[in-house]
Amino acid sequence: MDAKVEYLLRLGDNALILSQQLSQWCGKGPALEEDMALTNVALDLLGQTRMWYEYAAALEGRGRDEDQLAYLRDAHEFRNCLLLEQPNGNYADTLVRQFYFDTWHYFLIHALTRSSDARIAAIAEKSLKEVTYHLRRSGDLIVRLGDGTAVSHAKTQAAVDDLWMYSGEVFAYDAVDEAMVAAGVAPAAAELRAQWLAHVAEIFAEATLTMPPADAWMQSGGKQGRHSEHLGYILAEMQFLQRAYPGATW
Amino acid sequence: MTTASAALPTPTGTATNAAIVAPATPTGAATNAAVAAEASTAVCANSTVASANSTAAPANSTVAPANAGAHARQIWAWLGEVADPEIPVISIVDLGIVRDVRIAADGACDVTITPTYSGCPAMQVIADAITASLHARGVKNVRLHNQLSPAWTTDWMSEAGKAALKGYGIAPPAQKVIDISGLRTGAAAAVSRRAATPTAPAIACPHCGSQHTEVTSQFGSTPCKALYRCLDCREPFDYFKCH
Repeated sequence: MDAKVEYLLRLGDNALILSQQLSQWCGKGPALEEDMALTNVALDLLGQTRMWYEYAAALEGRGRDEDQLAYLRDAHEFRNCLLLEQPNGNYADTLVRQFYFDTWHYFLIHALTRSSDARIAAIAEKSLKEVTYHLRRSGDLIVRLGDGTAVSHAKTQAAVDDLWMYSGEVFAYDAVDEAMVAAGVAPAAAELRAQWLAHVAEIFAEATLTMPPADAWMQSGGKQGRHSEHLGYILAEMQFLQRAYPGATW
Repeated sequence: MTTASAALPTPTGTATNAAIVAPATPTGAATNAAVAAEASTAVCANSTVASANSTAAPANSTVAPANAGAHARQIWAWLGEVADPEIPVISIVDLGIVRDVRIAADGACDVTITPTYSGCPAMQVIADAITASLHARGVKNVRLHNQLSPAWTTDWMSEAGKAALKGYGIAPPAQKVIDISGLRTGAAAAVSRRAATPTAPAIACPHCGSQHTEVTSQFGSTPCKALYRCLDCREPFDYFKCH
């Protein structure tokens, strides 16, 4: 498959799977404001998904549209990182997952505004203000939870430790990523990782959280379609309607 | 997004009639934009059209029909009457969603719009409203183009629009767009998290005018709004975020 199509699918799949996961909090947030914030972030990510998928579908030229990419691919065809399919868990789990993602996403989107591909740069420019709000919020909340009560601190530290091994996959570049770097489409991994580590360290220090070692062993495989069992359940719910009633519209 | 096309049969005024109507430009934004539309610079040609389906607006196309400028100004005025579906006191022109209007050589009307937020569910409704509004005025062939770059900003909101928001109980964007990332490190150039809070703009309560307010949540009832409350009159209110 064309490397750029693959790269666009990774961007879109990350956004879509996280959006779907966040939507599960709708009506269940610990406070009304949090409920609305999570669903707002989900909506932003869904909009970004559509832009990535539209471009991927156009480049791919197989006659598929954004809906077919979202609803008619099976788990092994999804290219999202493993971090994003990890369960919502408790609120600390959801927010730590979000913070790891938002920090990478912010620096990535920032770099993609200078992409050699004009359409990718335009989508990044459109998304940058949104992901900036996301990062600002998740950083604030990590500080509030980490530097909060003994219970919130313990739960947040546990989430930090549990999810840490999923935080490195975005920097594990394969041939697809490297082709995008070589073409000036995407930023290099080392640059992003340095920015990510610096920001996470700063927020964790303020949050009185202990940062796991940067050189820890990291999980990978999601970008190549090797997923945990969680993704199947997510897709089963997300794709139910189109699977049960193919072609249904409303 | 869409390429809305479609010629609906319309009994009333034709495009030709429309061209002789005196240009009405309700807002500064519309005036500037109409001038831009009249000038020969091709806005769309330099920007990215997001929709895979949409056709690029004619860049250096053949000579536009006579009165195209006046016609475009009339279209701007009509679009100035199309309300935002979620905040009906403000028009899509005052909101800065309509970026360009031009009349093609074939007489079709090319309207370029830009989304406020990537996932804003109102965009489809807005696209449909534009097409319906122009069809009702006799503009039979309307082509919509979705433009992502330059990205929409609240700086494009007209003063009339901001006043309408305030009258509706929504605090308008307080100032020019600022960096709210709160990052000290990396690409985002240095707004300290701690320093960011004291320098954040005071948001005036749209009910009593007090600047003694506090943020309840950065994310409100729609993607474009945050939740605030007034510490004097105690009323909660929406704030249209700087973006």
